[in-house]
Amino acid sequence: MTTAVRTAAGAAITATAVTHAYRTERGEIPALRDVSVQIAAGEFCALIGPSGCGKTTLLHILAGLLRPAAGTVVLPAAPPGRLPAAVVFQGISTFPWMTVLGNVEYGLRRLGVPRHDSRARAETEIRRVGLEAFRDAYPHQLSEGMRQRVSIARAFATDPPALLLDEPFAALDEQTRLVLQDELLRLWQEGRPTVLFVTHSLDEAARLADRVLVMSARPGHIKADIPVPLPRPRGYREVRRDPAYGEFTARLWDELDTELRRPLP
Amino acid sequence: MSGRAADRALAVLSPIALLAVWEGLSRTGVLDARYIPAPSTVLATLGAMTRTGELPYNVGVSVQRIVLGFVLGAVPAVALGLSMGVSRSVRAALLPLVSAIYPIPKIAVYPLIIFYLGIGEASKLSIVALSIFFLVLLNTMAGVLGLDAAYVRIARAYGARGPAIFTTVALPGALPSIFTGLKLGMGFALIVIVGAELLGSDAGIGHLIWRAYQIFAIDVMFAGLLVTAALGWIATAALDWLERRVIPWQA
Repeated sequence: MTTAVRTAAGAAITATAVTHAYRTERGEIPALRDVSVQIAAGEFCALIGPSGCGKTTLLHILAGLLRPAAGTVVLPAAPPGRLPAAVVFQGISTFPWMTVLGNVEYGLRRLGVPRHDSRARAETEIRRVGLEAFRDAYPHQLSEGMRQRVSIARAFATDPPALLLDEPFAALDEQTRLVLQDELLRLWQEGRPTVLFVTHSLDEAARLADRVLVMSARPGHIKADIPVPLPRPRGYREVRRDPAYGEFTARLWDELDTELRRPLP
Repeated sequence: MSGRAADRALAVLSPIALLAVWEGLSRTGVLDARYIPAPSTVLATLGAMTRTGELPYNVGVSVQRIVLGFVLGAVPAVALGLSMGVSRSVRAALLPLVSAIYPIPKIAVYPLIIFYLGIGEASKLSIVALSIFFLVLLNTMAGVLGLDAAYVRIARAYGARGPAIFTTVALPGALPSIFTGLKLGMGFALIVIVGAELLGSDAGIGHLIWRAYQIFAIDVMFAGLLVTAALGWIATAALDWLERRVIPWQA
């Protein structure tokens, strides 16, 4: 069996002066205003902000799913067989008509990786997220947590220099979420892709990220950029006992609080 | 007895009970056997017609028309339905046309079809194809439109473009809906082919029933109806079986 060579060294993600608005019947709704983001190679960056502030819009723009009204986005170039930036979506994140293997292999097949290689790489990723017993199962036979594992495996299978995650654990119960956070950290540390992790959970941001970007209420712009002052590894117990953790999440809340109270335009 | 086993028993028992009552009424003379033959008489007729080869031949002709006409109608219907579901401009261009033609009873078009294609097989296949085309088309389109936008987003994020979105998202996603269309269409195909064979044909179940009417062979008319019902049941079972094979991800 051939094992994929794991070369997923990260590369920087840059967004410069990105502005976007949605056209609706009631006119234009501004979504993003002059957003500039720089994430260094291999860095794990969290993005928090009030609901509807444009976090997902920014992520879709970075993923190339949406063309911004203004501004530029620079993603790392990827060699053949690798996706420049892989996305893990919130909510529906797997194809119900494909098996676990089919879902994980999906990106590789689209990249034109030959079936033999794509299968081997997908199987490696399925093992890494602990789903080898469910290789031929369909998503409806899995729990929500297992489905998100499939989705994470699909992202890592494309060996991406950059990883964009949109509230991937939002629908999970607290305990499953903690387990999956640990797994994501483990996978990230093995290959060190550059990560943008959108979340509404301050705890999650503080536990996972090197740096937290705070977005304002709509139209979103980056109002604060705060390094996380906590040492790694950040085991659940250790982090909870660390006074710096409480202080840091309190500070994030200070930044968000004013935004949540601000009336929307 | 479990609920499911009880359901199955009921499903078998109710038609048998109906036949038993009918047989009893016929034997006791409540029903005039000259006008309404007993089930046992109809069965005997079916047996005799099978031995002479008359029944298998006519059933075979009808089944062939249905199957070929079905494929002829369903394949382009699925293709066009997917296009209309995926592309807003294709939908805008074709939907008014489809909505206008859809409600026309297809059997009313049959004389025109005979005029253009003659009375032979071509007109029979065409009327079956036409009768299911719009049903399958509209169900396919609805299946694609009912898909969550999230699926297309995942596909695009992982590099899928036009044709790949068609084959990996639109088609598999619409399959449950496509099968709904096929099952509805199967009923219509039976109605239309028997109707078309009544109107003008030298073979098929409809022809059998019509000829029996002309010679007052009432037991043969009943035999024809029974065979048509059995065909409908078998066709539904076959499509159910196919659906389970083709859509293994449906719980």
